[in-house]
Amino acid sequence: MQALLDQMIQEGAFAGVPKEVVYTIAMVLTAVVVLSAFVAPLAGVTSWLERRVWARMQSRVGPNRVGPQGILQWLADGIKNIMKEDIIPTAADQKLFPLAPYVVFMGFLCAFVVIPFGESLIVADLNIGILYLLSVTSLVVVGILMAGWASNNKWSLLGGMRSAAQIVSYEIPAGLSVLTVVFLAGTLSMQGIIKAQGWRPWDWFMFHNPFTFCAFFLFFTAALAEGNRTPFDIPEAESELVAGYVTEYSGMRFLFFFFAEWGNLYVIGAVVTTLFMGGWQVPPVTDNPVLLGILQFLTFFLKAYFWVFVAMWIRATLPRVRVDQLMGLCWKYMVPLSFICLLGTIGFMFMDTNSRRIFGAITLGFAIATIINFFRRVGFQFRSAKPEAYWKPHI
Amino acid sequence: MNHPFLPLLVMFAVASVIVVALLTVASLFGPKSTNAAKNDPFESGNPPTGDARIRFSVRFYLVAMLFLIFDLEVVFLYPWAIYFRHLGVFGLIQMGIFLVILTVGYVYVWKKGALEWD
Repeated sequence: MQALLDQMIQEGAFAGVPKEVVYTIAMVLTAVVVLSAFVAPLAGVTSWLERRVWARMQSRVGPNRVGPQGILQWLADGIKNIMKEDIIPTAADQKLFPLAPYVVFMGFLCAFVVIPFGESLIVADLNIGILYLLSVTSLVVVGILMAGWASNNKWSLLGGMRSAAQIVSYEIPAGLSVLTVVFLAGTLSMQGIIKAQGWRPWDWFMFHNPFTFCAFFLFFTAALAEGNRTPFDIPEAESELVAGYVTEYSGMRFLFFFFAEWGNLYVIGAVVTTLFMGGWQVPPVTDNPVLLGILQFLTFFLKAYFWVFVAMWIRATLPRVRVDQLMGLCWKYMVPLSFICLLGTIGFMFMDTNSRRIFGAITLGFAIATIINFFRRVGFQFRSAKPEAYWKPHI
Repeated sequence: MNHPFLPLLVMFAVASVIVVALLTVASLFGPKSTNAAKNDPFESGNPPTGDARIRFSVRFYLVAMLFLIFDLEVVFLYPWAIYFRHLGVFGLIQMGIFLVILTVGYVYVWKKGALEWD
């Protein structure tokens, strides 16, 4: 962005306009484009896709009426929610209650500032990138606590407190797992972390050594818990808490909470891709900067969306855990495990390159063997169960 | 681009404008009818009993305190991670002492039963 603008100013494209004005207008335009043309459809389509994927996994059809295959369902839902009444209960805190969805939404939107969609496709490559992302997504906790407390409803309060306890607990294993990558990259900048990796899978930090491989899974699990996703969605467990902290919300404010939740899924995928899977790194196939940019964007998007799909898959597969199991898993297993991963990675940093590469190759081989074994088992179960499978993906 | 955090401010402002605009549109189009039953807090269809701001479990405070201790530890590790290669073995020994003290604290907390949720 910066380089392109400088070049255009050099060529005199904005003659007579002060440099600062050009920069400001360009930044506002970028922000508007990123928010309205990327984030909003992304969260919307994710909500539709989640319902479709989930439906297919449960032998249902899912939403398929609005637009081709129902892909415009999210627009219909949005319009419906705009037409709904915005109820603020008389017992609720009249200031905090309307403000809470706003805080949650901001915490999620501001995460998009540092997500590197491509080598030059980033709103701002902050030098504290990943730390900024961890801290700004914690703003969601404040919003959820506000919503739970301000609603003056027993379900909301319980849901809000549970959610806050869960998110802050899982922040520790997430932070420690990110730290393993920061050790290897030696920088907090998102672009710096990606540039420290390569486009080949064995250049990714995920397969750097066995400990980063574990750290990857720990981070993904912790990120799911921080996003209140199944199997960690006890704050909104509808069987016990009605709808948790969103019980009293309606219309647009209700939508903001769920918009943030589905958008957050992509943020999780993007962070996992950046930290562990080489981000936008593509093989050097072309010199054309525009073509390369598109290729990088697609690579990053598909890698990130793969993890969104895995999160949907997990949601369709696993049952919800209990509160004590949830907290026990975090404090008794994930915190010590991520700590061991961190120490192990430090140990590997003292190793010379050649022997390190052997361990990396072993990790990669193990990962491939696990995936092959997984699909062999799925195939075996599938054949032995003889289901009446309906393969057509759309109906 | 004069200041690295300026895009952040712009993003924040644009996002606020979008949120406020959406809420304004929603309040223009939405119906506005009030009655006492609709504005009551939801308690599974029963008339609400008392205030919701009652005392809640002390475990939540415990989690908050544990979070403060361990998250601060993680924050302390970040600068070390960036300068790890410059600090070398000396930094490793220093941070090792810090981590050992922290591990002792973690074991103590576990043995005291602060990590139990029953």
